[in-house]
Order: sequence, then C-alpha cells, then structure tokens
Amino acid sequence: MGRIIIQRTFGAGVTLLVLSGLTFALLALMPGDPVDLLAGSDPRLTPDDIARLKALYGVDKPFWERWVSWLGRLAEGEFGYSRMFGAPVADVLPEALLRTLSLAIAALAISTVLGIAGGALAALKPGSIFDYGANFLAFAGVAAPSFWLALMGMALFSITLGWLPASALPADPDAGFFERARHLILPIAVLAALETAAILRHARAAVGEALTQAHVQTARSKGLSDFRIIWRHVLPNAMTPLVTVLALDLGALASGAVVVEVMFGYPGMGKLLYDAILGADYNLAMAVLLLGAGAILLANAAADVAYAALDPRIGFGKAET
Amino acid sequence: MTAVALNMAETPTRRAWTRFRRNRAAVLGACLLTVLALSAIFAGAITAVLGLDAEAVDLASRYSPVSVAHPLGGDELGRDVLARLLQGGQVSLSVGLAAAVAAAGIGAAIGLLAGFQGGLTDSILMRITDGMLALPVLPLLIVLAAVDPTKLGMSADSGGAASVVRIVLIVALVGWPGAARLTRAAALSARAQDYVRAARAVGVHPFRIAIRHVAPAAAGPVIVAATLAMGQVILFESILSFLGLGIQPPLASWGAMLAHAQDTIWERPMLAIWPGVAIFLTVIAVNFVGDGLRDALNPRAVENR
Repeated sequence: MGRIIIQRTFGAGVTLLVLSGLTFALLALMPGDPVDLLAGSDPRLTPDDIARLKALYGVDKPFWERWVSWLGRLAEGEFGYSRMFGAPVADVLPEALLRTLSLAIAALAISTVLGIAGGALAALKPGSIFDYGANFLAFAGVAAPSFWLALMGMALFSITLGWLPASALPADPDAGFFERARHLILPIAVLAALETAAILRHARAAVGEALTQAHVQTARSKGLSDFRIIWRHVLPNAMTPLVTVLALDLGALASGAVVVEVMFGYPGMGKLLYDAILGADYNLAMAVLLLGAGAILLANAAADVAYAALDPRIGFGKAET
Repeated sequence: MTAVALNMAETPTRRAWTRFRRNRAAVLGACLLTVLALSAIFAGAITAVLGLDAEAVDLASRYSPVSVAHPLGGDELGRDVLARLLQGGQVSLSVGLAAAVAAAGIGAAIGLLAGFQGGLTDSILMRITDGMLALPVLPLLIVLAAVDPTKLGMSADSGGAASVVRIVLIVALVGWPGAARLTRAAALSARAQDYVRAARAVGVHPFRIAIRHVAPAAAGPVIVAATLAMGQVILFESILSFLGLGIQPPLASWGAMLAHAQDTIWERPMLAIWPGVAIFLTVIAVNFVGDGLRDALNPRAVENR
C-alpha cells in the first residue's frame, strides 16, 4: 500500500515539475514583460533605466534561468508579488481558493447524488422513457456550451423571472450567510448541471455492468426491493470504476468553474487566472495554474490508490498498465 | 444466424454502413449535420435569396422583433440575426473541421509512435496524454490564446483570417489526446498480428511497417476520434471566442455572437438563444455520428445497441 502511494505521489510531482516548466515557457511567450508594462505606465523612464531594471529583475535572462530561480524561491515558500493586487501572491490565494472550493464542492456533491441516483434508476429500467431521458440528458450536457447554459440561466431566472441575482457576490460586503448563499445558487446550479450530465453517463454504465453479475441476479430472484439491491449489492461494486471516472472528470469541473466564475463575477481561482493572464500578472497566473494542476493531479493519484485498495484484483505494485 | 452469414459476404465498409444505418441517433445526427453543413456552405446564397445582409447596420431595425424581413429579428446594431447566424456557422464549422483534422493528425501520429515503439517512448507519450486528459483544458486554452505570436517569429497580424488560423492551431494543440489513445490501442493490437510479425521477420523497415501495415488498421479509430474531436473543438472555439480570445471582428462565429449577446442580455435575453442552439445542435449531431461510427467500425461491436 505504501509503495503505490509513494509511486503515485512521485509521478504527480514529476508531472507537476514538467508542467511548471512548460507553463513558464508559455508565459514567457506572452506579450510584454513586467518591466515593459512598468515602462508603458511611466513615461519618465529612459531606455537606460529600462535596461537597468530588466537586469535588476532578471527579465532579460532566458526563460529557463528564470524558471530555475522561480523554483528556488518557491522552495522557500515564496510565490512572488502580484502586480494586479499590489500584494504578495500568497496573500491573495487563500481566499480565492476557499471560494472556488466551496463552489466546486457544492456542485460536485449535488451532481454526484443526482448523477448516481439517475444513472441507477436508468440502469434498473433499461429501455424505459426514463432511461432514454437520462441518456439524452447525458448527451445534452456534454454538447451544451457551459457559458451558454450560464447565459440561459441568467436570462431565465435573473432577468425574465427575477428570482435569483445574476452576480455571485452580494453588493453589500457585510451580507449575511443566507444572502451570500442566495447569490451562489445560480452559479452552483450551472456547474452542477454540467457535472451531473457527465456522472449520469458513467453511473448508468457502471450500474448496468454491476447489475449483470450473478450475486445481483440472486438478490433479484430472492425478491429483494430495487432500493436494497442497488444500495447493498450494486453500488459497492459500481463505485470502484466510478471513483476513477469522477477523478478524471475533475479537470472538466475546473474548466466549468473558470467559465462560471468569469461569467458570474465570482473572484475565485478561475476568475483570478483569467484576470491575471489578461492583465499580464504572471506570478499570480503561475501560482494559480500550478496550484490547480497540483490539486487535480493529487486527486487523480488518490483515486488510483483508492481504486487499488477497493479492487482486490489489482495487486499493489503491478497496477501500471 | 442467417443475418450473420449474409453479412459475412459483404465488405467491411458495407457492413459498417449497414450497422450505422440501423443506429437511429447516428442517422439523425448525420442528417442534422448535413443540413448545417449545407447552410454554412451556401450561407451567401441563402442570405442573398432571402434579401438579407449579415453586415448591413440598420439602426431602424435595432432589436427588431421577428418579422418577414428579419426571420429571427435584429441585433444591437440592427443586423439581421439569421444572416449573422449563417455567416457565424461558416466560421465555426470550418474552424471545427480544420482543427479536428489537425488534432486527429497530431493524435494519430503520437498514438502510432507510442503503440508501435512501445517501451520508454510509449510510457513518456502516454504520461503526457494522460496528463492532458486529466488537467483542465480551459486554463491551458486561455494561456495559449494569450501567447504573443511575434515572440514565436510569426506576423503580428491578429485580425480576421489570421485569428482563424491561430484558433485552429491552439484548439488542435489541446484536442489531440483522445485520438492518441484510440490510435495507440489500435496500433498495439495490430502490432501483435501475424502479418505484422511476418513483415518484421522478413526484415521490412519499421517505418514502412508502421505506415503500410499498422496505420491502416488504425484508420477506423482515427476517423472516430476525428469526429468526436470535432464536437470538442467546436466547443473550445466557441468558449475562446466568447471570452474574446478567439475569432476577432469583423468575422463572427457563434461563440463571438454570444459574447455580444451577453453584453445586451438585460435588454434582449432572446438574442442569446440562437447561437447557443446552433452550437448545441452541431455538437450533439457530431457526437451522435461519432458514437454511431465507433459502433459501426468496431468489428466486435455488440449488435443491437
């Protein structure tokens, strides 16, 4: 057990390191560097000053040298300074992270319950209207652009009906918990709808597969209720493949969160990243990208470990395919 | 049993076609896609016949309601919504097609290399592919779209046609992993076939084996991957254009139209419906066709899915 945990964590670490180099190279290809931006806003700087500043901050060096020194500072727990916020990146991140996590966890919880329940019901009655409906919803959720779903949600619930606010944060910063929660209903619902569609499809397949097994047939012939069969005999078996798929879907969930945050003006990690890239705040962009990627890679590694732990057929150590 | 015997006499292509035709969703998708493609190809002719103009600004028909002159009404500048939808479809569909072909090409090359070479090459390439599949795509797309092309030695021109080429490249760079996985699986199974081992034993050059004997076996999966990738890249393009990082004016794509619709959503929420419906129908049709092709081209596919 220990071995596979070490293996997966190490793998995720190596991937993250490579990824940080790639991201750094891409960010180096973006228009302007911090000193150019400074020079643009301060006409008193002479070309000499600019060259001196560039040498001072090291932005005239090739990107890999800057990457190595960035890694060095990261090892000391230093994320650098955010240009947009005029504050250390480390001060900006925690609140944004908390916001995104509350959005994503709420959406994930709702969609896991709805997706698995819907998938199980569809698998129990194959060929029924419900099965077709679930299948169509699963297809539709994959085909509908996330931002369009958000737009339609706003158009219907905020504009036409006027039930829900179209922004994710209340105008009054001292608003109480319920007022805050009310502003989050629409963003969470949009994100949950997208994720439910994905889970529905996998859950339908996993439960359908588990239903064909002999012990389930026995339980059925004994006359156990559908609920009991699903709860006691099917779900424990169907959960194993589902966990892996859920972890793989986290990337899509994160993409959806970026869209929802940008559209509803919710200052979480996604909006932070979008603003940082458009505002050439590269320290902040780097930190957000790697934190997000790291979290998802770790979740995937954890799912691998859980899979190996749950499925006795997979021997530890030879899980590599 | 007789049906199987009859099928045996047919060519694989015919058999695949028979199986595809039996899949109702796939046929529906194919029909829908044909209509969409035709309306995009003949967008100019259709608008001319209807007497519409996608770029004519007419402030008198600003936000005009549905009428004979404007079948879907007018937008915030009084341009005809139907004409713009047709023109936007031209851009969205051609970007989708080009990027899907490019993505499938990249994926096929990587998958073929990984499956055929095996060993360390395979491990490294598949680690990259899995990483691309697990990580969120949108942040990567935003980063790629923000790259300054002049720093790569390309021209600084970013309006109109240049933005189309750019977006095709960006989207293809992100859309290939699915194709890579499918191709690798096909290459792996082809590599173990006797005819490939025979070619190897006779001393045929590995490159020639890969191209002549392994690649044709992977053709089916690559076609499926290209189709499924098309739905994905159309979504990617729409989202980038929506965020203002994709197709640039004066060209319009469905995603770019939705960006304008968001600006005016408080006055005219209806404007946000049509471009989204167009994207939705296209992607769902492409996915139906892709799934149908996958079942039809897979020799081991279960009958009567």
